[in-house]
Amino acid sequence: MNHTLIDRPLPAQASAAKLPAPSDWTFELLHQYHEVIRSTARRFGLDTYPNQLEIITAEQMMDAYASVGMPVNYRHWSYGKEFIATDRNYRRGQMGLAYEIVINANPCISYLMEENTMAMQALVIAHAAYGHNSFFKGNYLFRMWTDASSIIDYLVYAKDYIAGCEERHGIDAVELLLDSCHALMNYGVDRYRRPSRLSLGEERARAADREAYAQQQVNELWRTLPRRPEKEAAEKEATRFPAEPQENLLYFIEKNAPLLEPWQREIVRIVRKVAQYFYPQRQTQVMNEGWATFWHHHLLNTLYDDGYLTDGLMIEWLKSHTNVVFQPPVGHPAYNGINPYALGFAMYSDIKRICEAPSDEDRDWFPDIAGSDWLATLDHAMRNFKDESFIGQYLSPRLMRAFRLFTIVDDEKAPKLEVSAIHDEAGYRVLREAMSRQYDLGSREPNIQVWSVNLRGDRSLVLRHTQHNERPLGDSAEEVLKHVARLWGFPVHLESVDHNGKMSRSWRVAPAID
Amino acid sequence: MQQIIDRRLAGKNKSIGNRERFLRRHREQIREAVKRAVAGRGIRDIAQGEDIPIPRRDISEPVFGHGPGGRREMVHPGNQDFVRGDRIDRPQGGAGRGGSGQAGDSGEGEDDFVFHLTKEEFMQVFFDDLALPNLVRTTLADTPEYKTHRAGFSSDGTPNNLHVVRSMRGAIGRRIALGSQARRELIRLEALLEALLAPPLDPSRRQEIQALQHDIEALRVHIQRIPYLDPIDLRYRSRVRTPVPTAKAVMFCLMDVSGSMDEARKDLAKRFFILLYLFLTRHYERIDIVFIRHHTQAQEVNEHDFFHATETGGTVVSSALVLMEQIIRARYPSSGWNIYGAHASDGDNWHNDSARCRELLANDILPLCRYFAYIQVVEQEQNLWQEYAALAAISDAFAMRKASTVDQIYPVFRELFSKEVRAK
Repeated sequence: MNHTLIDRPLPAQASAAKLPAPSDWTFELLHQYHEVIRSTARRFGLDTYPNQLEIITAEQMMDAYASVGMPVNYRHWSYGKEFIATDRNYRRGQMGLAYEIVINANPCISYLMEENTMAMQALVIAHAAYGHNSFFKGNYLFRMWTDASSIIDYLVYAKDYIAGCEERHGIDAVELLLDSCHALMNYGVDRYRRPSRLSLGEERARAADREAYAQQQVNELWRTLPRRPEKEAAEKEATRFPAEPQENLLYFIEKNAPLLEPWQREIVRIVRKVAQYFYPQRQTQVMNEGWATFWHHHLLNTLYDDGYLTDGLMIEWLKSHTNVVFQPPVGHPAYNGINPYALGFAMYSDIKRICEAPSDEDRDWFPDIAGSDWLATLDHAMRNFKDESFIGQYLSPRLMRAFRLFTIVDDEKAPKLEVSAIHDEAGYRVLREAMSRQYDLGSREPNIQVWSVNLRGDRSLVLRHTQHNERPLGDSAEEVLKHVARLWGFPVHLESVDHNGKMSRSWRVAPAID
Repeated sequence: MQQIIDRRLAGKNKSIGNRERFLRRHREQIREAVKRAVAGRGIRDIAQGEDIPIPRRDISEPVFGHGPGGRREMVHPGNQDFVRGDRIDRPQGGAGRGGSGQAGDSGEGEDDFVFHLTKEEFMQVFFDDLALPNLVRTTLADTPEYKTHRAGFSSDGTPNNLHVVRSMRGAIGRRIALGSQARRELIRLEALLEALLAPPLDPSRRQEIQALQHDIEALRVHIQRIPYLDPIDLRYRSRVRTPVPTAKAVMFCLMDVSGSMDEARKDLAKRFFILLYLFLTRHYERIDIVFIRHHTQAQEVNEHDFFHATETGGTVVSSALVLMEQIIRARYPSSGWNIYGAHASDGDNWHNDSARCRELLANDILPLCRYFAYIQVVEQEQNLWQEYAALAAISDAFAMRKASTVDQIYPVFRELFSKEVRAK
């Protein structure tokens, strides 16, 4: 990484004439706009993967939507469902399509929709190709969990492999397996180990070896032939398997499920890898969207100051920008939780303000960044946090007042809801902590881990749900367990344990005989 | 380093495969919906798409999630007048429980997931039910045959359509056009050279002569290099496809509506009529449908009454045949119309009438018809069946079958098709 941090923006090159701003874009204009946006982004030291801008039609945008934004993906009915729903809503005018989709790949692919006007294309280029792109390249989660250069290759491999399996084993068998894997997708992430990087060729070559080796390991675990007596003693001590609870259910199943065929293990692995690729995105929604929004706003405004953009073009993208960062208050018909664009944009803007014009309150709360250089501070904030820690670190009292934030405690045992904190001196810290927890994936998703396996008896698998704040599991648990049982091949238990370690509810599902 | 790529023409419809997977997964519900649609639609409207509703729980993809209960803390924006410690009544219906934007809060509710089946997909399911072989499906679903006609010349085409004379004529024109200037120049220079070479030879102009000779040589090479035949010279015979003009047909739907024909039997009969109709649309530009229902008396009715009105009483099949013959004579002269008859019944007939039916068919109706199909929707053979069986043995234009389930309908048409093929 030869990125050099820039302390302050490089000098501007004022434009002699404004760029033409007709409402219809042309390739010529796209090149011109891209060029000025690129050079301005460079002035601020935005470090990005090379950009690849692709012009696509609305239909293609819907295709991209349906396959979770990826240009290639394996076939599955759920993507078809997504496509049908999107297509229907779009045709009826119930929803507009997103202006852009950007793919965390190297080169970074941004889709520009044909229908966009020139102003929107400029906005999308600044937002996706420089905002998101630099976030993908810089943020520690993405650097640790995803490999931008190999994701497209990997998906090509996955698509081919799964198509091959469908040919050999039938579409139904593959579909059932994928359904089950998708149900556990959120539990297919290895939170603490960094994944290795492989290219397409290596991945193919290793798949074959892996099948053979994995099966051998499983056979060893489940062998039923008697062992030599001296081993018995050692074995008794290690009756517990796994030795420690496992959080990555899909990984555990891939490696240890007794009945899976080698090809099935490989498919479990593919789903797991894809889940891992999307894991950082789920954890950095506010940061990622906020960063991209902050930069399109800043870049386009800078271009205007430098004399590149016309007033009409500014008004057009600003209108769309204001729509995006609108935060409806609670009770508003459009209210659907906190808008990540609004919060993220406000936070980065606020950090910049704290650096440039700190108030006494800011000096009190943020002594280390108040009055510092904003570019470096923002860069640091983008690189080293996820939503949870970012909010915990940077949400300022001023913003809490601006958003008029308040927390509500909903306790099953209490007859009424209680307002536990509002945007006042006594509430700032409580609010900030509550807000930070709200973005913690660990508390948003139930904590379910592999607890034990009955190696000598009925081979059943025990999962354990550790309750957080006494929150129970939803009704879907039983359905998901059926999927686990299908993968495991033997009965599966799920125990829900409260904070005292007492089991409050349990489920048992035996695999259906197909 | 940077590039802008136009992908608009590449890879459209990438999701078609996924859509097929989706249809495949829900084929049972789709089949049900198609069945309902077939029952509800008019025969002529059969070849259309259909909206298919699927209950949302059937397409949900379960994941582990929190249920209601326990202790939760949520941050909301837009505080109006709350202060710390305020107690609020729980909102009804889960409002205010959102916040984290998790699944279920998307406001979609429990409405069915509805999607549109295209005409092709609809017909596919319809044919699946009837167990039609593929060859027949394509002939049914296709638009009529095309005939190709010559229509002048075009600059692209397949080699077998190459028109040599036209191509060569174009080549000559091009060669003349491209070489004319050079040739004119050549003639001028040659004349000049001739003048110079004419005695008395002036030795002082040798250089000039050499230069001229050099230029002349260059021009000759240039003229020679003009290609004899260039791809742009090629002309192909152009052919256009025009639909074959088709004639008109009338289809008589005869159905027994006596008390013993229940809804299921009528549905069976309806599918039979639909199939015949589709088959006819493949062959004829214009099709009239005449609905005749009968119990002891026959009556010409509209489609709705045909399928939905219920009558009771005995059965006299010949009444319908008599009416059919009358209508043919009055409105559909067999010289101008291809006449098809289809009769669905449960085989129950007044016992003295069956012989008369056979005579009517053999003497009056079959000579006028291209084809007459009888379908009996119950297994049991009664005297009508026996009389008809004797008729079927001697007549080519008459087919009869028993069909107690929908997939048995098709064999009737197999005979029809094999006859069509033989006729051609």
